[in-house]
Amino acid sequence: MKAGRITGAASLEDFCRGRLHTAGRVAAALAAAAALGVDPVELDAAADARTPSPALRVAARKLGRQLMRAARATWPSGELDALAREFPKGAHQPVVLGLAARAAGLGAEDAAHCAAYESVSGPASATVRLLSLDPFDATAVLARLAPELDRVADQAVEAAREVVDTGVDALPAASAPLLEISAEVHAAWPVRLFAS
Amino acid sequence: MHLDHSHEGASAVSADARRPDGSRRALRIGLGGPVGSGKTATVAALCQALRDELSLAVVTNDIYTREDAEFLLREAVLPPERITAVETGACPHTAIRDDISANLEAVEDLEDEVGPLDLILVESGGDNLTATFSKGLVDAQIFVIDVAGGDDIPRKGGPGVTTADLLVVNKTDLAPYVGSDLARMAADAKAQRAELPVVFQSLRSGTGVADVAGWVRAQHAAWTA
Repeated sequence: MKAGRITGAASLEDFCRGRLHTAGRVAAALAAAAALGVDPVELDAAADARTPSPALRVAARKLGRQLMRAARATWPSGELDALAREFPKGAHQPVVLGLAARAAGLGAEDAAHCAAYESVSGPASATVRLLSLDPFDATAVLARLAPELDRVADQAVEAAREVVDTGVDALPAASAPLLEISAEVHAAWPVRLFAS
Repeated sequence: MHLDHSHEGASAVSADARRPDGSRRALRIGLGGPVGSGKTATVAALCQALRDELSLAVVTNDIYTREDAEFLLREAVLPPERITAVETGACPHTAIRDDISANLEAVEDLEDEVGPLDLILVESGGDNLTATFSKGLVDAQIFVIDVAGGDDIPRKGGPGVTTADLLVVNKTDLAPYVGSDLARMAADAKAQRAELPVVFQSLRSGTGVADVAGWVRAQHAAWTA
């Protein structure tokens, strides 16, 4: 926003579309694979490898730690406890999300949809706060992205099923260099409204 | 409800009274109140009063800076490793009530890194009269208002004023200059809070500081009893 890349609903939609097909796609596949029972420690390493920005890795682990607390209180599970023990300061959020979905009795499709939706809902609500964008316009952006979001989730589940057969290298590795670079720039700001 | 679940030695979930190793965790006291009422200065005064008898740490919640933590560091009320700043984004009340996870991480990390601790003070970002702490985060809460914010605040009530375990009416030395009627504030507070305690405090003259520290001491004695 400060760089003038997002100025209203149309540019927010472009930003969200880009994020959905890069970070969102990777997160959805990680979540789906975790929901299918793939080793979360391996998935966490794969998430690290797909997150070049140290600031984004830290943010993903913080969010994972927070989600872990909520998930363990809501759907107590031995698998969640084991992951919490393995990563006391937090595993990558999409991995925790997939395992939480598993603990809640949900499938890979549900986990992929949640992860894909999160990849666009965060920027949309941030825009409402930072740009005073009409919240209905922001919601309309998300609604218009729904068919694309469904496709990304379906592809993520396909990739996750391949991971079960052939290993974590089958995970997508789409990246958006500008997201990574701006995350690093943002982390150095002295005054920030958001953690990432 | 989480107390019914076994977490098999993994990290604690919210307000569990025991830490993963089975030891009793530190007492957590929250300080909330409007912007500029003197929460950070009260925290500094409490640290000075209690640091020789209790093992203390502080979590500050700034909305988008580290100002409060830096004030405490400048005042050198505690060693820097005992002060953690949580940046709460646009909604300070959310971080102490609705989504307490960032603050829980801060208190747990302090106990892990500088513990054992007796007491952790969690200072909210400046907010409005409805801000209260979740019981999942703190064991007791202090609400700090000041006489310069208007002497009708105790009468207006709101969850902070009416339900906080201790109400501190700060900056009493300013009352004559801003036309605030302390007797009226005391009567209104009594009407809103019944038997819950109220302390009138002036950090400049030192009035009330010992009473606030004494209240915290009593909370700690009850926690460890």
